[in-house]
Amino acid sequence: MAKVIVVTSGKGGVGKTTTSASFASGLALRGNKTVVIDFDVGLRNLDLIMGCERRVVFDIINVINGDAALSRALIKDKHCDNLYVLPASQTRDKDALSLEGVGRIIDELKETFDYIVCDSPAGIEHGAFSAMYFADEALVVTNPEVSSVRDSDRILGILAAKSKRAVDGQDPVKEHLLVTRYNPGRVAAGEMLSVEDIQEILRIPLLGVIPESESVLQASNSGTPAIHLDKSDVAEAYKDVVARFMGDGVPMRFITAEKMGLFKRLFGGR
Amino acid sequence: MSLIDNLLDYLRGPEKKTAVVAKERLQIILAHERAGRGAATPDYLPALQEELLEVIAKYIHIDREKIKVQLEKHGEYDVLELNVTLPEHQRIL
Repeated sequence: MAKVIVVTSGKGGVGKTTTSASFASGLALRGNKTVVIDFDVGLRNLDLIMGCERRVVFDIINVINGDAALSRALIKDKHCDNLYVLPASQTRDKDALSLEGVGRIIDELKETFDYIVCDSPAGIEHGAFSAMYFADEALVVTNPEVSSVRDSDRILGILAAKSKRAVDGQDPVKEHLLVTRYNPGRVAAGEMLSVEDIQEILRIPLLGVIPESESVLQASNSGTPAIHLDKSDVAEAYKDVVARFMGDGVPMRFITAEKMGLFKRLFGGR
Repeated sequence: MSLIDNLLDYLRGPEKKTAVVAKERLQIILAHERAGRGAATPDYLPALQEELLEVIAKYIHIDREKIKVQLEKHGEYDVLELNVTLPEHQRIL
């Protein structure tokens, strides 16, 4: 049975698209047929992060309006065999993203794919709502910072009250906390909320922690999802997240400050 | 002056780490925001407040601002809190 997973946060700039790209790639790397959908109509960016921006011909609005068949709008990922991207439209007509139309697309995708990853736009407007409405599970991307935690709490409230599962009285959307841009050194210094603090406040199970890292910018520069960057801590952290999501018991990493050994201090890390 | 300042600083103890402040602020604001959302706020609350006000106004001259009706969650229980600040020289009608 296909699963629909929304990557959401409320606040912008916390790492939703970075996470969507790496999480979807990770699922595909493990042999799952996966599609990742950009819901940020008017401000599409998943294509850039995935490195397929020059291959976009049709988008989700074209499919909803019947201008193109779904199969023609799907772009095959260049890094993984089992992965496809459905881009958002750059036209500004957000209302074209009708719930009924999105539902039709998701139903059709369910016939072919194991996982449907929905990259939500920031905010709590129509685009974010359409991205979360059909979700079975949600990755709530949160930075260790007050405004991000507050917005995540708001999004959790909306998921619990307004998602299709909530409206239809089904089992609730399964929520996962993903803490990104984490800096264990600053946490140890008392300058940053810890994973435990965030978990205590939001009260949802922790799926993983992605450390703050320079390699995320390098990944987006080159249009390669961060999970493909060899030997980077971010790639390892995302692989752990996917493994945990699929039920492997992988211990948490990158949550304690690394003590710099003499060797590392002399020759530099990563 | 600076001696007193130093003494005060000493008495206040070490400054709180900002992460601790962040957590406390979040816990307070989110408790408030969660209470005001979803099924937690019954829609009869404004009407209830209005009627209580009328009853109290029958007996006491009172500023409408001085009456507060609040619904709070204490664990398993919902607590309906009625707060009336009486004027200093209350005049019974």
